[in-house]
Amino acid sequence: MDEMKDVVLQYVIDEYLEEDEEDEVTYDSPLISSGIVDSFSMVSLKKFLENKYKVKLPDEEATPEAFDTVNSICALVKKHMG
Amino acid sequence: MAFNDETRKVFAEEIQRIKDDGLYKEKRFICSEQGAEIVVEYPEGAPRRKVLNFCANNYLGLSSHPEVIKAAHEGLDSRGYGMSSVRFICGTQDIHRELQDKMSAFLGMEDTLLFPSCMDANSGVFEAILGQNDVIIADRLIHASLVDGIRLCSAEYDTFKHMNMKHLEKKLELHQDKRTRLVVTDGVFSMDGDLAPLDEMVALCDKYDAMLLVDDSHATGFIGKTGRGTHEHFGVMDGVDVITTTFGKGLGGASGGCVSGRRELVELCRQKARPYLFSNSLAPPIVSASIKVIDLISRSTERRDKLEWNTNYFRGKMEKIGLNIRPGETPIVPVMLYNAKLANDMARDMYAEGIYVIGFFFPVVPAGKARIRVQLSAAHEREHIDKCVEAFGKVGEKYGILGLSKEEIIARYGT
Repeated sequence: MDEMKDVVLQYVIDEYLEEDEEDEVTYDSPLISSGIVDSFSMVSLKKFLENKYKVKLPDEEATPEAFDTVNSICALVKKHMG
Repeated sequence: MAFNDETRKVFAEEIQRIKDDGLYKEKRFICSEQGAEIVVEYPEGAPRRKVLNFCANNYLGLSSHPEVIKAAHEGLDSRGYGMSSVRFICGTQDIHRELQDKMSAFLGMEDTLLFPSCMDANSGVFEAILGQNDVIIADRLIHASLVDGIRLCSAEYDTFKHMNMKHLEKKLELHQDKRTRLVVTDGVFSMDGDLAPLDEMVALCDKYDAMLLVDDSHATGFIGKTGRGTHEHFGVMDGVDVITTTFGKGLGGASGGCVSGRRELVELCRQKARPYLFSNSLAPPIVSASIKVIDLISRSTERRDKLEWNTNYFRGKMEKIGLNIRPGETPIVPVMLYNAKLANDMARDMYAEGIYVIGFFFPVVPAGKARIRVQLSAAHEREHIDKCVEAFGKVGEKYGILGLSKEEIIARYGT
């Protein structure tokens, strides 16, 4: 699980933060409600998770709330990994 | 279900939530024609007052131009008021064809199709030309209407960091397995006023076999030496495959938009784009006036040259008084304040000084990047701009932000 958190956190940093961005993102940082990730750009994160962890995240569960922190994202992925 | 008290409460609570979040849009009434000087009733019921308008998309000052108004009258007299039809049944007049041809020539494109608005053009274009074997790769800060259109389309979509060409290249590499790739950007981004680097984007699209769509609504008529748009500015007139743009901003400001581009893509929109197929034809007076606008700006660059002068003059003066403006060269000039309340308070005080500007904050712009967006117009005279800068100086001084850096403003007011 911890390894998953690190992988997701690193993806978020690479995919969504600008190189010169000062924001420090942790496992609990709000991503969507803070505006770091918007609902339009969330799609690449969902796709990355589905490919990396070989899961299908149903649209009704891939909500902005469920994607708001690295912790909640990992919980959702884990649930679908069975 | 009747609209009973309980039902009413559901919706009233939602409106209250919007107010509580500080996102409620108040009514503002303009009691004059659109222009540099307007008469405004704000708040609702307040006495009308004359103010200088620095928040319209009236870039070329053509909204109330006498020749444009005259052309609208002529269209009304010769082709009537409305078409009572969609385009493909009995809603296409000779003047619709004429405007489409003039737009194609002006933008340097093969063909053009009119839509009721650019919002409609953007809603319809993706679904009409792409399918599930294709991918759309969009800049993250594209206009909401493009986002809506992309979501209506069955093609896969992905995004890249705002104007980050390295990230775009990575995404183009990633999606080489798709049938076609369509890169999507605004030409000029409406909130920041920055120009998408179309020269680099065209080169990347060539390298990775992708098409390029540009929404040039905040550029057509004035960006580029002869006002053709962002593709002219970057010297890539042949490199853009589709342009969507509007007649509702610089080009007279009434309504209507278009998709302009490669012949087959435009033809597919004519056959399949739902907002085109299921929405009424653009009204004859607007078509007639838009033709006049294209004639005026094709004949002379005087208006875009004046806008360019106004923009440089305003930007220079604002920097001199020590306000934090986003650098750039377009007539969209964000005065960065970072804090939402500060942006709102300053906009209100500017209105009291006779300058009509609006504060923007999250979620319209990213959190911590609140600003007042100033838009210049060719309708502004030098004394209008002087008065606006003077008011910014007075209000900026009141809030103690003149000469402060971004960090110092944030230290004082937070984000």
